[in-house]
Parts: sequence; structure tokens; C-alpha cells
Amino acid sequence: MLNITKTLNDGQALVALEGRLDTTTAPSLEGELKAFLPGITDLVFDFEKLEYISSAGLRILLSAQKTMNRQGSMKLIHVAPAIGEIFEVTGFSDILTIE
Amino acid sequence: MEALQIKALTDNLDRVLQYVDAALEIMGCSMKNQIQIDMAVEELFVNIAHYAYKGTVGDAVIIASPDPKSGILRITFRDWGIPFDPLAKTDPDISLSVEEREIGGLGIFMAKKVMDTMDYRYENGQNVLTMTKKIG
Repeated sequence: MLNITKTLNDGQALVALEGRLDTTTAPSLEGELKAFLPGITDLVFDFEKLEYISSAGLRILLSAQKTMNRQGSMKLIHVAPAIGEIFEVTGFSDILTIE
Repeated sequence: MEALQIKALTDNLDRVLQYVDAALEIMGCSMKNQIQIDMAVEELFVNIAHYAYKGTVGDAVIIASPDPKSGILRITFRDWGIPFDPLAKTDPDISLSVEEREIGGLGIFMAKKVMDTMDYRYENGQNVLTMTKKIG
């Protein structure tokens, strides 16, 4: 299960994820991003309540990062250590901005 | 633990993870290890669901063998699909920049990174993949 809470405000988007970002739930996030990313210049993911991420979730983050490199910036906040370790192992910690 | 035989469909992922998490509970597994093991299990099961049966639906068998004494958890996957060694693929280059990175191809690599051992063989018409991790 994944809850997506997004707050849009004049080119800024804050996306808070709660639950699991996996093969089953990733398509819903992908659909949301596709719908609202055009026009966004400042994208922030709040991972405070994200419990789990698999490669299906990493794929979406990579894709979003590629989009935001062209039109603005993207960062991740409140990343739990266990999730951070997945980013380390995959080299994602070098290509994502994690605060 | 009793083996779990299940249709290899991504819709069944939650049931597979529930089965594995029951084994992790026996082992007294930390949240960090649980995330890593769930991730490896997801990658391998989804791999079977997507590729093993080429447009038809077949079964997968998952056997979790927790050994609280040694602290080692062994998980075996079996399927009757086309012979495929997921470990034969070259690892992706994780030093590449965002623009150069491919979307995809990460799953098995991630699984290999978080597990201690991973071993593939083809026997009696089955793909058999076994992985282990020492917990705690």
C-alpha cells in the first residue's frame, strides 16, 4: 500500500509518500508524476513515512530526476537510514540530492 | 517452513512477501534486514512473473528456510519456465551520471548486493535460484 500526498504551489511540488514503493504500487506514483510534473520546477519528495523501496521505485526516481534536470531541481528529504542504504548500494546516493 | 506454491503473477507479490516475512519473524530480523530481503525477494519473484512463462501463467515455488541457530536464512525459488540465469547478466555501471544511467536493469544487481550468496542452477526442467543471508 502506498499513500501519495501532493501539495502543488506555483511550480513547486511536495510529494509525501507513506507505505511501500514497490512493483505493485509504483505505477500509481508514475501516473501521478506524469500528470503534474509538466510545469514543475521544484520537486521535493518527503520520504519520512516511506517504509520500503524496490527497484521499481528507483526506476521512477531516476526517471523523475532526468525530467527535473531539464526543467528545474529535485530533492529527497527525511530519508530513513534503511532506505538510504538502498540508495548507497545502487549508487543512487550519488545522483540524487538527499537532504 | 512449508513451501509456498503460487501463480507467478505480480498481483501475488504481497502474499509472497507475507510468507517470507513470517520466516524473518522466526529469525528476529531487524527492519533494515527485512527491507533488504523483501527487496531481493521482490526482484526475483517479479522476474519470474514477467519473463519465465512468456505470456502464459505458470507457478513459482518459494521455500524459506530460517535457521535461528546459525542465523542464516535461505530462500529458494523454483519455476518451470524457460531456462534463464539471472546472475549471468553483467552488473550495471553505477558510477554513471543521471543522463547515462539506464532505467531498469537494477533489480537483480540490487538483490545480489544485499544478499550474502546467490546461486542459480537448472535441474529437472526447473530454474532453481537459492540465496542466503546471515541475519543480525
